[in-house]
Amino acid sequence: MESKFDIREKKLLLGLAVVAAVLLGKLFYIQIINDKYKINAANNSMVYDIIYPTRGVIYDRNGKILVGNKVAYDILVTPREVQPFDTLLLADVLGVEPDFIREKMAEYRRNRHKIGYQSMTLLKQLPSETYIRFAEVQYKFKGFRGQVRSIRDYPINAGGNLLGYVSEVDQNYLKKHPDEYKSGDYAGKTGIEAAKEEDLRGEKGYHIYLRNSHNQIETAYKDGEMDKEAVPGHDIVTTIDADLQQYGQELMKSKVGSVIAIEPATGEILAMVSSPGIDVDQLADIGKHYNEIISDPYKPMFNRTVQASYPPGSVFKLVNGLIGLDEGVLKPTDSYPCSHGYHFGNRKLGCHGHRSPLMLEEAIMMSCNGYFCYVLKDVLENKAYGPTIDNAFDKWRDYVLSFGFGRPLGSDFPSELGGNIPTSKYYNRVYGKGGWKFTTVISLSIGQGEIGVTPLQIANLSATVANRGHYIIPHIIKASPGVSIDPKFYEKQYTMVDTLEFYKVINGMWRAVNSGFGSGGTASIAAVPGLDICGKTGTAQNPRGADNSVFICFAPRDNPKIAVAAYVENAGFGATWAAPIASLMVEKYLRREISDNPTRKALEQRVLQGDLMSRVKTD
Amino acid sequence: MIETNTHQRDLRSSIDWKLILSFLALVIIGWVNIYASIHSSEPSSIFDWEVRSGKQFIWILTSLALAALILFVLNPGIWERLSVPIYVIVLFLLVAVIFLGVEVKGSKSWFEFGPVRFQPAEVSKISTSLLLAYIMSGTNFKMSKFKDVLKVAVVIGLPMLIILAESETGSALVYAGFLFALYREGFSGWIFVLIGMVVLLFILTLTASMYASVLTLIGVLTLCVALNRGRLLRWILTWVPALVVLAFFPRIWSLVCGLSFNLSDIEAAAAASVGGEGLLPSLPMVFKSVPSDIQILLSKVKPYWILIGAGLLTCPYLLVSSFRRKDNFLGLATLSFIAGVILVFSTDFIFNNVLQEHQRKRIEVLLGMKEDPAGVGYNVNQSMIAIGSGGVFGKGFLHGTQTTYGFVPEQSTDFIFCTVGEEWGFVGCAVVILLYVFMIARILIDAEHARNNFTRIYGYCVASCIFMHLFINIGMTIGLMPVIGIPLPLLSYGGSSLWAFTILIFIFIALDHAENKYF
Repeated sequence: MESKFDIREKKLLLGLAVVAAVLLGKLFYIQIINDKYKINAANNSMVYDIIYPTRGVIYDRNGKILVGNKVAYDILVTPREVQPFDTLLLADVLGVEPDFIREKMAEYRRNRHKIGYQSMTLLKQLPSETYIRFAEVQYKFKGFRGQVRSIRDYPINAGGNLLGYVSEVDQNYLKKHPDEYKSGDYAGKTGIEAAKEEDLRGEKGYHIYLRNSHNQIETAYKDGEMDKEAVPGHDIVTTIDADLQQYGQELMKSKVGSVIAIEPATGEILAMVSSPGIDVDQLADIGKHYNEIISDPYKPMFNRTVQASYPPGSVFKLVNGLIGLDEGVLKPTDSYPCSHGYHFGNRKLGCHGHRSPLMLEEAIMMSCNGYFCYVLKDVLENKAYGPTIDNAFDKWRDYVLSFGFGRPLGSDFPSELGGNIPTSKYYNRVYGKGGWKFTTVISLSIGQGEIGVTPLQIANLSATVANRGHYIIPHIIKASPGVSIDPKFYEKQYTMVDTLEFYKVINGMWRAVNSGFGSGGTASIAAVPGLDICGKTGTAQNPRGADNSVFICFAPRDNPKIAVAAYVENAGFGATWAAPIASLMVEKYLRREISDNPTRKALEQRVLQGDLMSRVKTD
Repeated sequence: MIETNTHQRDLRSSIDWKLILSFLALVIIGWVNIYASIHSSEPSSIFDWEVRSGKQFIWILTSLALAALILFVLNPGIWERLSVPIYVIVLFLLVAVIFLGVEVKGSKSWFEFGPVRFQPAEVSKISTSLLLAYIMSGTNFKMSKFKDVLKVAVVIGLPMLIILAESETGSALVYAGFLFALYREGFSGWIFVLIGMVVLLFILTLTASMYASVLTLIGVLTLCVALNRGRLLRWILTWVPALVVLAFFPRIWSLVCGLSFNLSDIEAAAAASVGGEGLLPSLPMVFKSVPSDIQILLSKVKPYWILIGAGLLTCPYLLVSSFRRKDNFLGLATLSFIAGVILVFSTDFIFNNVLQEHQRKRIEVLLGMKEDPAGVGYNVNQSMIAIGSGGVFGKGFLHGTQTTYGFVPEQSTDFIFCTVGEEWGFVGCAVVILLYVFMIARILIDAEHARNNFTRIYGYCVASCIFMHLFINIGMTIGLMPVIGIPLPLLSYGGSSLWAFTILIFIFIALDHAENKYF
């Protein structure tokens, strides 16, 4: 028996030896054979001091700076080096509450093991004046110091929605761009800053230092051999005309809506105003103002120019007229009667008082609703597309889409939406197949009903008409050295309507503006002698109050230099607000100033002082 | 020659001074490393009261006083006599702490008296060892008697369960070490094979597949039966080829089903066909002609079902034949197979439903099922970086960087070995481990020499406890074991632990001394 247990003792001793050998074997492997852990340990002891690149400058088309950079100061503190100090004095120079500093210091004290000898950021983006005040008394605050950083500067009020803002990346953004950004980095979030983020941001650099066992930074790693200098971001030249943009901002002050100006020949956006917008003063430090902006009932963050979906109203008559002409169901000489509207059954689609009957040019000039009901009726009831309305409707829709409606235009501006043009399928679903006819969709004749377009699409329509049948996708970035743009921004996008048809419509637009008061032309107010403006008014119903005021125009009539769309919410007739705003934009761009004529000056004053905010209902 | 007392030998030869020396060496190594682990963030004297090294110094002094008390003042005989009341009192404390204790890191196992905290689970190792030794050294005790085994199981199981209830899984795991003492006293060695098999099947099921687990189970059981009958060669010639073929069976099967090699694809296909979407479009043309119903049926049958089915069909035959031939071994092997299959099937359930979230994660990280360098894997990763960066000779006393940066958690308590590894390197680690091995071996040898059964069994219990702590703690720091929070005996900071191990070891030294004094 005894010997059996002897063996057991030996077995247990052997087991002990085996386990010890296993432990030592693994230790031998990780301590001597495998280098991975030594490298990781070295990485742990390396401190990367990140050098942030300066962000690219954003220029307007004439070389004016829209967005530049200026210096600001972060206040850093190395808790280990701090000695008792005058909290009240420090709070006073830095312009913060004493409790803020007390809380921060208490937080550092709690995390002192983690922090060690590292510096923490106490305050961010202080202006130079504050920093200078701090620098004067800095000697009293051991362990505190300022660090220069570059922040955005806005010499011109060109509108926050257009320029966009830069802010610290959040968790969502990091998830989407896992390799490019690190926590604490900044990135453009909206507008041009977001559209050209890749060009603007530049490349971060770093100095590598080594820490010793006391967590103190000792030396540069490999004498700075592995350090990397920061590469500044590319400058960006935009298509924006800074003066026009700023003028547009002023005109749209205290109004809700959009103004967009495009150079028709190139598709370059000259001005793009969404009102009310974010003030550039708030842009540089958006984090501080974010809640204020977000809670504003007029939604300044909402970029109406590319995201709002409105009924276009009467400006859409141009599209219907052009389709009628191209389809051959409408001749310019066709005249239709209008007795305060288009009557069908015992209902009617009303119209304002004007001469009757009218031909196409005059129908455009006087914006006759009845006339375009006949036009769309003939388009949709064209028997060439079969007995039912479906095919004719889809053909009509194809035409409309060829004008850039019903889908995002594909501009380089971020978060562009596409509005909505209904399909025959949609009506089949609502009314059943065969359950609807022209009178069901009669509102489409005058750009009302189930149709939604963005102000950018309306401006694009204006440019398309100015170009007599084609457009170039509107864009805000110009090609410049080091920054190329998508080749699609050089391509002409043709509509399905023949070029020749456009001349007939343009005559009507010219007469709408230039026939003088009393002629019945709806846009006489927009006329500027010598500028040959062609325009079309629109008054779009708004279920949330007064009608929206719409106007598109381009000038001069031949070889147009600018096409404008103005869309003002709840502002009434197109001629009341949208037409003056658009015509002032045209004049400003073509003449660089408003002519010294009493009518124009008075008009400018009326627009600049007009406050329509109270008409707009907020949630 | 004057011999005043021929029987009583002097202190020098009757006390195991080598054991005491290794004890002192480990305690001092611990103290020095505790100082190093906190030095960089809070530089101060090693005797500074305010910091852990200074406190540990106090603990060491009091421990030495305790050791002297046990060795020179107390009558070693009291331990055997008082083992029952001590056990009962500690058991009471273990329960009381659940209601009266303070919560530290999610487990309620500490009493707090002002600045001093005390963990009954530490003391419970001593009381359990004493009572085990007392019971098993009884004259009528026999490992073959069911009643006696049951008694032993209760003595070990009671404190273990209470400690589990305190969420001190690590301390509870140490009790498994008493199996070594039981083994020495005649308990079947198969228990270790059984535990090993359970762990192996559990890991295989989690990391490989159920199929691999069942196949391994079959392999091991047939090997055991073959060894039992002395037919190893026949096993190699028949079972090995069969097992190799079976290992490739899932691939062949999935080919037959006309699906990809991947098992999960079969499941996806089954799901797709259940969803009414038909078969995967990637089916080879050959199988397009087979009626899809059959394919769907085939694709639903997983290979391990076939394996288990075949195994279970032969089980009744094997059981009957073992009964007829009175071949208990074959019968037991067959029952083990059935138990093993049940274990494999319940693995997922145990893993996902019985284990707690943090335990599950720790096991996943250990087995490499999930990379989690920021979460649970962080501790182990940083601990291995600290130890691994030590190299052969280490970075030198107070020159470690990794523990300084605060990457390594619990650097003066559970992860104290990181400081040893970083500052003293492989050499330092080897010295520490060899000191432990020396100490454990010394205790085993002394125990074996004891004439008194109580001394021997108690010695084995002490050695088992130290061994379990050593293996689990160091294994954890170098990624061999999941993260289980138990201290490294004598090295880790903490009075509770140091006192407990001092008492545990010195009771043995005292018992050993008492024997040598009179014989």
